[in-house]
Amino acid sequence: MNSTINPQSAIRNQFWEGNGVQASTELETKEKQIDKKIEPQELGTHPVIHLSHIHKVYHMGDIEVHALRGITLTVNKGEFVAIMGASGSGKSTTMNIIGCLDRPTRGHYILDGRDVSELSKDERADIRNSKIGFVFQGFNLLPRTSALENVELPMLYSDVSTTERHKRAMDALIAVGLVGREHSHPNQLSGGQQQRVAIARALVNQPALILADEPTGNLDSRTSVEVMEIFQKLNREQGITLILITHEHDIAEYASRVVIFKDGKIKSDYRVTERRDASEELKLLPTITDDDDDDEDD
Amino acid sequence: MNLWLIFRIAFRALARNKMRSALTMLGIIIGVAAVIAMVSIGQGAQASVAEQIASVGTNLLFVGGGSMNVGGVRSGTGQSNINTLEVEDIDAIRREIPSVAMATPSVNARAQLVFGNQNWNSQVQGVNEQFPQIRKWLVQSGEFFTEADIRTASRVVVIGQTIAENLFPGMDAIGQTLRVRELPFRVIGIMARRGQDPQGRDQDDVLFAPYSTVQKKLLAITHIQFAYVSAISPNATYTAQEQITDLLRQRHKLAPNQENDFFVRNMTDVAEAADETNRIMTILLGSIASVSLLVGGIGIMNIMLVSVTERTREIGIRMAIGARSSAVRKQFLIESIVLSLIGGVIGILLGIAISVIIPRMVGWPTLVSVTAIIGSVVFSAAVGIFFGYYPARKAAGLDPIEALRYE
Repeated sequence: MNSTINPQSAIRNQFWEGNGVQASTELETKEKQIDKKIEPQELGTHPVIHLSHIHKVYHMGDIEVHALRGITLTVNKGEFVAIMGASGSGKSTTMNIIGCLDRPTRGHYILDGRDVSELSKDERADIRNSKIGFVFQGFNLLPRTSALENVELPMLYSDVSTTERHKRAMDALIAVGLVGREHSHPNQLSGGQQQRVAIARALVNQPALILADEPTGNLDSRTSVEVMEIFQKLNREQGITLILITHEHDIAEYASRVVIFKDGKIKSDYRVTERRDASEELKLLPTITDDDDDDEDD
Repeated sequence: MNLWLIFRIAFRALARNKMRSALTMLGIIIGVAAVIAMVSIGQGAQASVAEQIASVGTNLLFVGGGSMNVGGVRSGTGQSNINTLEVEDIDAIRREIPSVAMATPSVNARAQLVFGNQNWNSQVQGVNEQFPQIRKWLVQSGEFFTEADIRTASRVVVIGQTIAENLFPGMDAIGQTLRVRELPFRVIGIMARRGQDPQGRDQDDVLFAPYSTVQKKLLAITHIQFAYVSAISPNATYTAQEQITDLLRQRHKLAPNQENDFFVRNMTDVAEAADETNRIMTILLGSIASVSLLVGGIGIMNIMLVSVTERTREIGIRMAIGARSSAVRKQFLIESIVLSLIGGVIGILLGIAISVIIPRMVGWPTLVSVTAIIGSVVFSAAVGIFFGYYPARKAAGLDPIEALRYE
């Protein structure tokens, strides 16, 4: 792949953090330098997501709003894709469609080998339950409910026995490194810990993909790295397919592939050649104890 | 998702807002308690009338002087100054009507009773020796007077328990002489305890004397006020009623176009009328109480609507992670059912408590009926479903994308 991006990538990130407008122009020039789009076939594995010619039109009174104008995207098993774009670019609409929260107006969406573009509300709920794990910016944990119960929640809507539910929830909490906090309520946990509970909840039904919508939006930089470390670990060690919606370019670089949306279309789609490694970065960052972490958020 | 789990989730959700849940439940608690208390008062009245009538005997008839219904206005009671009924009429009834087993005249007067330095104002009822059998009211100690006492108009009395307790406290009244309107009478017996009648009057505050004695020595009258007649069987009461009417019209020489100057009342009719009155009262009380249950239900709907709005985000989360609309609807529906059922159970306990306390406080008889309890449970569950359905449907109809965005 194109290795010339690397030095420029660092520069671009500086711009990104400082000035949004400048960053987007910078980005466009950047995209032209990327020699070619990745063909799905290149990866040679079974696609988890296949969007073909997706259109989404919203009717606001008499006005038709074209949120998506023909999106075609394939994500293979084990990929870690970052979706980027300014607000109004259609990335949230795409995310809603990929997450089966919404249906495309036109086009087809094959999720894990099944066409889900025409499914009913209930069928989509079942698909969300079994195939998709959601991680949100605002954590979206149930208040006054323990971490364990929050993680158990998706299994309440699929027939899992109490003991099995308990075991799987505990395993998921262990996987995100939250042993010992399973009985804490969200208000007793730091932001990073809450997001880890949310990741455990997303994991617990062994979904085909995890959809993370701005997962680091409410977190400080160190906690963001910690969350990205969990994602990378899950992706690397368990081969979990991840889709990450973000507007932060440096966060996108933890992914293996970046898809950029603009005006309801895919502007560019490239592989990240110099991937950031969250666990390596964490080693370099000054250590913060868990207690400090708690104090910070309380 | 099994039902037990949904119930647990509902309990937890309600426990998060204890104060609000308690206040919401209060509406149902008051409603159910009111329904149970009211219905038990009504049914208590019904039961006590039924019991009274059973003890009196359904083959009993009243014959009274005057007319029962003249122009739909007046109702004779036999205690007014209508003096159309004679002892001979009653003798004729006993003698000539085959469906009549027994009959006794009744001559009543209020009188001041004196024994030693004790004073007591009571009712003197002049009857004949058949009275205990006719009224199924027996003598507890001593004996009732005999036909001979009637013939000779002897000054003997049989007293009720209340009089025995008040005039002869701590002593045996039998054989004692008390003064009735200054005349000395010998106490020969004490009646068994009878308790209150359906109107709450003390039936034991009475003194029985031969009707001839009361007529001649106390009131100086020749007529009688009314009579108790006992038919040979409960089935014979209607026959007896007709035959008595025919006989008395004939004896009183009434032309076919003349109204009766007497009335014959059948205990079965009286029982039915009383029962009907109490039944209507029960329904009325129950329906008024049901209004409060309805108001309680509206309270539930109100709180559930608030709860759905407040928990929009929670609904969004649940839907995003795979809850079907029906699961969300079920969750909220069960919350409102749990709310109303808990309220219902507390209300039942409170209602029973009230039903137990009322007879002690006010003296009204109550009867806690199983029907009212089951009815209240079913009704409060129905209130939960009915008033919970709309909020639950509203929750289930939310769009997960919108709900997740809700602040």
